[in-house]
Amino acid sequence: MTNPPFWLLAELTYRCPLQCPYCSNPIEIAQIDKELDTETWVRVMTEARGLGAVQLGFSGGEPLVREDLTDLVAEGRRLGYYTNLITSGIGLNADKVAALKQAGLDHIQVSFQASTEELNDLIAGSGKAFAQKVAMAKEIKRLGYPMVLNFVLHRQNIEQVAQILQLAAELQADYVELANTQYYGWAFHNRAALLPSLQQLLDAEVVVQAYREKFGERMKIIFVVPDYYENRPKRCMNGWGNIFLTVAPDGTALPCHSARQLPLEFPNVRDWNIGHIWRDSPSFNAFRGDSWMREPCRTCAEKDKDLGGCRCQAFMLTGDPTNADPVCAKSPHRQLINDAIEQAQQVAENTQPLRFRNWRNSKELIASSE
Amino acid sequence: MTDSVSLKLGWSPRINPHFRLQWEEAQQAKVLLYPEGMIKLNSSSGEILSLCDGDTTIQDIIDELKRIFPKEETLEQDVLEFLSVAFERRWLIHD
Repeated sequence: MTNPPFWLLAELTYRCPLQCPYCSNPIEIAQIDKELDTETWVRVMTEARGLGAVQLGFSGGEPLVREDLTDLVAEGRRLGYYTNLITSGIGLNADKVAALKQAGLDHIQVSFQASTEELNDLIAGSGKAFAQKVAMAKEIKRLGYPMVLNFVLHRQNIEQVAQILQLAAELQADYVELANTQYYGWAFHNRAALLPSLQQLLDAEVVVQAYREKFGERMKIIFVVPDYYENRPKRCMNGWGNIFLTVAPDGTALPCHSARQLPLEFPNVRDWNIGHIWRDSPSFNAFRGDSWMREPCRTCAEKDKDLGGCRCQAFMLTGDPTNADPVCAKSPHRQLINDAIEQAQQVAENTQPLRFRNWRNSKELIASSE
Repeated sequence: MTDSVSLKLGWSPRINPHFRLQWEEAQQAKVLLYPEGMIKLNSSSGEILSLCDGDTTIQDIIDELKRIFPKEETLEQDVLEFLSVAFERRWLIHD
């Protein structure tokens, strides 16, 4: 018996005014076009809600570039979803924040790139992002939304973690997500410039603990560790096709937003209803249960705990998505992770230039992989 | 880390507007929704939170539940314990 999906992540568009070099969108953004229309999104939301999905995330790209965002929020709320807007804050203004509230939006998450204007705007690849984000965070709080601030951490900003938490406290964030970069898509291409050293990570953890004790329930701090520094893999997506359903801008349905790279054929919501996709499609069933596992996972006592880790990471690093996630110390491929870590300790200064997420780089990377 | 709370029977608790209480058909339970998450409530917790409308005092909530469940001997203590946790976790606020 398959669980109902809990999360519907609606990636409305890959268009975005920012160019963050760790973006979770696929490298191939430049060749994925034909966004779903409003009517199709409404059908997708209705069908997923019918299965039992309750959290609805509007994401992207930057979802604010979709002119029908407010209508989609209103429909999502009417269907009984808890509606989350995951935004860079670019393209937001006071009227829009109010209109979204009126439409029933429950929560806004604003991503920041750093705690200072200079570094923030450098990483975002945009000259005035920081001031806009701060202004919008204040507006979000003024209207009474719960606010999550999300900071993606990496070697170029992780030493600012105290200033980041101070900024979050000043902006009265209810939750702060300090999400260490996960090395997929754009971040994988920029890994040498982004992976922190072990010492950087340990120092950040001490700071986080001190702020947790200071703020308690007033500002919850979620610290996502980089899995490269673990010796067991993460329970990725809490299981393949278990609680999470992503629909990409072109209608491709995915069990996680990185899965498009896997050698599977994913169904499109233009061709199938969500019930079929979730329950019956071969790709959503590919890694359910444990019959797909190979050694060392198959006979591992911990296989129910971590489910063999992340299929995308296994595929990216070993070429086979049924291998154990190489983060696991039991994986015969663990050396690949150790090599990346070793490199991160040695490089004192960032020598590799960042490859920003934009259409030009997407086309170049597609061409170089062909 | 939680901030400890000492309840007063005259408080009129209401759901923190940062949370939403609703019935979920797929869960067959009342749930509290919050940014990117959900707390599935057991039936008594759901019952208690449904009475937290911002007008009814804790004393009145207890009296109402005693009327509905007259055989529950530890009801008052159970309700107070639950409310205390609910305030600590900021599910509830009061004026």
